[in-house]
Amino acid sequence: MPKDTGIRKVMVIGSGPIVIGQAAEFDYAGTQACRALKEEGIEVCLVNSNPATIMTDRDIADEVYIEPLTNEVLEKIIEKEKPDGLLPNMGGQAGLNLGMNLSESGFLDAQGVRLLGANALTIKKAEDRLLFKETMLKIGEPVAPSRVVENVEDGVAFAAQIGYPVVLRPAYTLGGSGGGIAHSVTELRKILENGLRLSRVGQVLVERSIEGWKEIEYEVMRDSAGNCITVCNMENIDPVGVHTGDSIVVAPSQTLSDKEYQMLRTSALNIICELGITGGCNVQFALHPTSFEYCVIEVNPRVSRSSALASKATGYPIAKVAAKIALGYTLDEIKNAITGKTYASFEPALDYCVVKFPRLPFDKFITAKRTLTTQMKATGEVMSICTNFEGAMMKAIRSLEQHVDCLDSYDFSNLSKEELFSRLTVVDDQRIWVIAEALRKGISYGTIHEITMIDEWFIDKLNHLVKIEARLKKGPLTKELLAEAKSCEYPDTVIARLVNRGAAAEAAKAAADDIRAMRLSYGIRASYKMVDTCAAEFEAKTPYFYSVYGENEDEAVEKLTHRKKILVLGSGPIRIGQGIEFDYCSVHATWAFRRAGYETIIINNNPETVSTDFDIADKLYFEPLTPEDVQNVVDIEHPDCAVVQFGGQTAIKLTQDLIKMGVPILGTDAKDVDAAEDREIFDEVLQKCGISRAAGETVFTAEEAKKVANRLGYPVLVRPSYVLGGAGMQIAISDEEIEQFMAIINRYTQEHPILVDKYLMGTETEVDAVCDGENIVIPGVMEHIERSGVHSGDSISVYPARTLSENVRRTIAEYTEKLAKELHVIGLINVQFIAIGEKVYIIEANPRSSRTVPYISKVTGIPIVDLAAKVMMGSKLTDLGYRPGLQPEADYYAIKMPVFSTEKIRDAEVSVGPEMKSTGECLGISKSFDEALYKAFLGAGVVLPKHRQMIITVKDADKGEAIEIGRRFEALGYIIYSTRRTADALKETGVHARQVNRIGQESPTLMDLLLGHKIDLVIDTPTQGRDKNRDGFIIRRTAIETGVYCITSLDTARALVSSLEHASETKNLEIVDIAKL
Amino acid sequence: MQAFLILEDGTVFKGSRIGADRDVISEIVFNTSMAGYPEVLTDPSYEGQSVCMTYPLIGNYGICTDDMESSRPWMDALIVREAARVPSNFRSDMSLLKFMEKYELPGIEGIDTRALTRILRERGTMNGMITSDANYDLQAILPKLKAYTCGKVVEKVSCSEKYTVKGVSDLSENGPLSGRAVFDPDTYHPEDTEEPVKHEKRPSLVRELTGIVPDGKGGTRHLSIALLDVGAKRNIAGSLAARGCDVTVYPALTAAEEILASHPDGIMLSNGPGDPKECTSIIEEVRRMYESDVPIFAICLGHQLMALATGADTHKLKYGHRGGNHPVKDLSTGRVYISSQNHGYVVDTDTLDPSVAVPAFVNVNDGTNEGLRYLKKNVFTVQFHPEACPGPQDSGYLFDRFLENVKSAAGMSGVPEGLSCAAAGK
Repeated sequence: MPKDTGIRKVMVIGSGPIVIGQAAEFDYAGTQACRALKEEGIEVCLVNSNPATIMTDRDIADEVYIEPLTNEVLEKIIEKEKPDGLLPNMGGQAGLNLGMNLSESGFLDAQGVRLLGANALTIKKAEDRLLFKETMLKIGEPVAPSRVVENVEDGVAFAAQIGYPVVLRPAYTLGGSGGGIAHSVTELRKILENGLRLSRVGQVLVERSIEGWKEIEYEVMRDSAGNCITVCNMENIDPVGVHTGDSIVVAPSQTLSDKEYQMLRTSALNIICELGITGGCNVQFALHPTSFEYCVIEVNPRVSRSSALASKATGYPIAKVAAKIALGYTLDEIKNAITGKTYASFEPALDYCVVKFPRLPFDKFITAKRTLTTQMKATGEVMSICTNFEGAMMKAIRSLEQHVDCLDSYDFSNLSKEELFSRLTVVDDQRIWVIAEALRKGISYGTIHEITMIDEWFIDKLNHLVKIEARLKKGPLTKELLAEAKSCEYPDTVIARLVNRGAAAEAAKAAADDIRAMRLSYGIRASYKMVDTCAAEFEAKTPYFYSVYGENEDEAVEKLTHRKKILVLGSGPIRIGQGIEFDYCSVHATWAFRRAGYETIIINNNPETVSTDFDIADKLYFEPLTPEDVQNVVDIEHPDCAVVQFGGQTAIKLTQDLIKMGVPILGTDAKDVDAAEDREIFDEVLQKCGISRAAGETVFTAEEAKKVANRLGYPVLVRPSYVLGGAGMQIAISDEEIEQFMAIINRYTQEHPILVDKYLMGTETEVDAVCDGENIVIPGVMEHIERSGVHSGDSISVYPARTLSENVRRTIAEYTEKLAKELHVIGLINVQFIAIGEKVYIIEANPRSSRTVPYISKVTGIPIVDLAAKVMMGSKLTDLGYRPGLQPEADYYAIKMPVFSTEKIRDAEVSVGPEMKSTGECLGISKSFDEALYKAFLGAGVVLPKHRQMIITVKDADKGEAIEIGRRFEALGYIIYSTRRTADALKETGVHARQVNRIGQESPTLMDLLLGHKIDLVIDTPTQGRDKNRDGFIIRRTAIETGVYCITSLDTARALVSSLEHASETKNLEIVDIAKL
Repeated sequence: MQAFLILEDGTVFKGSRIGADRDVISEIVFNTSMAGYPEVLTDPSYEGQSVCMTYPLIGNYGICTDDMESSRPWMDALIVREAARVPSNFRSDMSLLKFMEKYELPGIEGIDTRALTRILRERGTMNGMITSDANYDLQAILPKLKAYTCGKVVEKVSCSEKYTVKGVSDLSENGPLSGRAVFDPDTYHPEDTEEPVKHEKRPSLVRELTGIVPDGKGGTRHLSIALLDVGAKRNIAGSLAARGCDVTVYPALTAAEEILASHPDGIMLSNGPGDPKECTSIIEEVRRMYESDVPIFAICLGHQLMALATGADTHKLKYGHRGGNHPVKDLSTGRVYISSQNHGYVVDTDTLDPSVAVPAFVNVNDGTNEGLRYLKKNVFTVQFHPEACPGPQDSGYLFDRFLENVKSAAGMSGVPEGLSCAAAGK
């Protein structure tokens, strides 16, 4: 069927802020869909509240609304833009829910807008638990016995009928929020109460547990003519019980015979046909490990994290094809862009093995429970490709950037066999390392399988890696052993470490060079193969490569050109502190260099991102970002230069290695980057520029740190250097805390010293700037709502700065310019300051891209990544048409609001502080500051008031400020509950606080209030010292786990009350097309 | 033990020996199926060929003898990147390596199968030799490789005597519809069953017993189908029997007269190996069957033989179609199905007499013919494999279409009551 010519303008909904369970994969899908639509001459209108995305760029969509994703806002935009169709299935669960709301309310029909790629009934059949089950039963597809309950007692009764354990799945939540497995009635009550609260419709599915079955997924495509195909299947190494987002996943399935493979494939096709989906869909199955019995777990009638993975694993662009299907095309009319010959109506054949590994945030949330359940916890993931499973696994492990590079990276050697047995029952992020130790201790495959239910095939492969490890330790290092170790992707550094056990770090490093020299002398080198969708059956056009050892031919060599080449290093997995912003920067830089005539080469390992789409760079190497892996690419490509500024800390860390490889770094010199990080050199730079900073020194040990802290006087800020997102940064108020924090930082060997600074309290401000060596362009000054001490990534950021005097703004611009010049910056620089009155102190300067780059680029309209790339290639800012210096302020406010996912991480600390915790951000934009603030809160999901009841408990030092905030909330009609001391303080000043008891005292306590679902908001400022058992911690956790908004900084509280005070004025929100600013 | 794969063009791959240690010369082809190696190993169509699996990890789930598509492997040798040492699957009867030893099948592993595939794609299918002799003499070997041809393959793989496969009388005799055990939560009580129902039989897609018809005496009877075995995979007879047909399987060199004398309701021509034009005497018999007015359905080699028997020509493809991901378009409906394929030759549509046969299916990738509809007779034929095994089951409906043709030819239609599956859906 040809294209439907009735569709000329399409609205695409994005997925909003990055949260656990809904991450960069939707920027990838949305961007690909928008490009596919534009390719067809369709006008694209894009709505997403997330400013860090590529899809919200002016060159991706024609109209761009970075607005809160609510029904009202979308209705307004539709009324204004009058699209012919709405594409809701690119924006994850958030987008789908919105599309369904608009359709069900009749709004779309009334406006004459067609829901594309899905219809409300389809979505409902897939999403509504009961309807889904009925549909499955109708076509004879099995589902586990289950029942939807709306109250705890029904759940208890049903569980008694079907027997424990039971799985609980709340309806309409992201990433399995609030779900879990209950083994007893006590557990059931606990999880069910929470799940009912979190579900959008107050429904939870109670279901017989199929824990331990194989978890298999299929990605299916179907067009309007009813043609359907499966793009790929995937096998979770972790059996049912671990959310697929937290599972190690392999593609294609490895342990399924053709009978099982086809049985499930046919089932997946039957399901997509019955649901009537046109586009892409993900079907998850549980397959009994010793029979043909299976159950359909769930269906996602949209693109998903799994479809992003399947796209990258096969080369089949699911989102693009889904967008074209939405326009009316059939699969046999859509060309396969990889081969240019075949069509989208075929099933990719893989001739390699793909492994996906989750990136879990337990390095950030050290108090959190590491166990993995049906509730997703991973913030991101890495993917790797190799011709064998072992190699793919080893590449994935080192791509994580979590201090792991091998199966001995976590040491469990001290555990006895008995201890290992019990440790194996724990399902957490370290399980495969525990299995490796069990294998070392000679525990049988069968026993490990019985405990973990992981298929023995995988255990055997892990054992192969363990055996190689043992042979490397034992020696001798023969050519054959080296070849085998390399074909299983043992890095040279690990081989050196295992061969030279006990050698000092320096010696081991040198030994790695020896290993490399040795293997090169044997001719053992990496060669590259192509991902081509068809196992070489047809010639592929797009150079998408992965490395292997021990093969005959090198397809990368065949595709070498004599063009001027630039290597762009990506930013690896999405993690807290290094998010989608850096992929935005990498992609824009790539486009800028491509436009300038360079052949662009990207190395990255993140399957969720736009940068790893096959047609972003001229060449894509899907590889880990370690020196050795980069070296292998450099050895083949011999790039003329590389850029590291855009890929976050991942790329910056590779600077020295690239220089050693003889690859010139474009932009700011490496020694100047170091100067900004090195305490002493940077102090000299500051002195030259006449810029002040908080007093401080560098230390290595806790003893030194305590000495410095006492000299400076507490509180002090303690942090490691060369990190992103304030990893390990803490405010210490005592010697004890110093000891505690230093111990945490020194869990890993620190190559760089630790900084101890005097803590200054003031207004934090931030600028991003582009410098060409002579001139500087500063798009604007951003100001943080939260006072210093809260990580910049977790602060509400306001552009243009609102409370700073003209003089302070001038000083900031002047300091930034001086610094950029003194550091010889060519490209980007981010500088953070503290303003105390009229005095400006510097916090830090980073001569590279930052988290705020996409945000400031979008709201000022100054494409700073593009400018940075151009000045790196030698252009001058003045020639590019920019007047140097601080640019004129916009006449609207753009407020960036952090968004957190801490509710998904059991036992993680909620309160904001110097170490970053947020996973994403959204934007509020308006002529009025209060409306912008209101929109920003709305975008972050803070919809108040509901019950007009709140809890305030603050530490003593905050009581004064709390009174003013309490009074303002009271004026808004809020009833305030407080524990005794806060209540007394409020009452003394005439704020009517109701006193409630602390946890553990007799009812009613704070807990009772929270669990009674009558509370809108908790304001709780934590006392110093982090202790999981403190009341505050429990209150904060209970609040966010029950869906109550929890504020831990009084500045945030003030901003919120201010936005609520003006809420009446903002009923009629004004929407802003930023493409027209 | 090291082993070498030497190609006709002089390319040499070094790997390790698996299976029997025997020098073998044959045609080298590649198959892109990611699963289903036991079916590939035992597919008689591979007689005279050595098969390179493009998926690098082969043998992961061992060999389940129930998955064998014939009594033994027919291919000359197996070429893989990595053969699994430890297989894992609940039905595995033996490892791939054990299987190869048991049937004395030679093979080579540890070679760059992608490089080999690309050579075959670029230069076309060619002959090759697998040897363990490190002192091979290329100059002596290459002329031998070039000269090698493998004749009389159909006779080798066909059954020596006719035999019958009884059709099922009840759907429950088949494997589960697709492995399903349907739970109705309102009637499901865990105390009734200790363990969930387990299905050990291989799943079957068959939802209706379309091969059982009224016998005209108030009862029912099984349709009788004659299957000419020119290298048949087990699941052709299996697909018919699962629908209730009684299948009589005839050796390749059976005279049409003998088959027609048994008065079958329909005739099937199977898949098989080699160059169809070599089967001169079989083509003559097929022509007689064509003329008989008995409804005929033919697959793969059978499809080519029918085309040759009715005056069309076939030619060899550069590197063939072997795998489970080929899209074929049904020209009568416009629908595209993913099919299982294994053929090196193809019917040349330019040579079709348009009054005799017209294309019914076309390959979406390369536009080659995938099926024919005969205008004067109740005959239709396909190049691909609706019997799957391995590969997608999407075109299994063609067996039902064939049985509809058989029934309409005999003036029967519909399925007797009670023989369709309640959960059949569409």
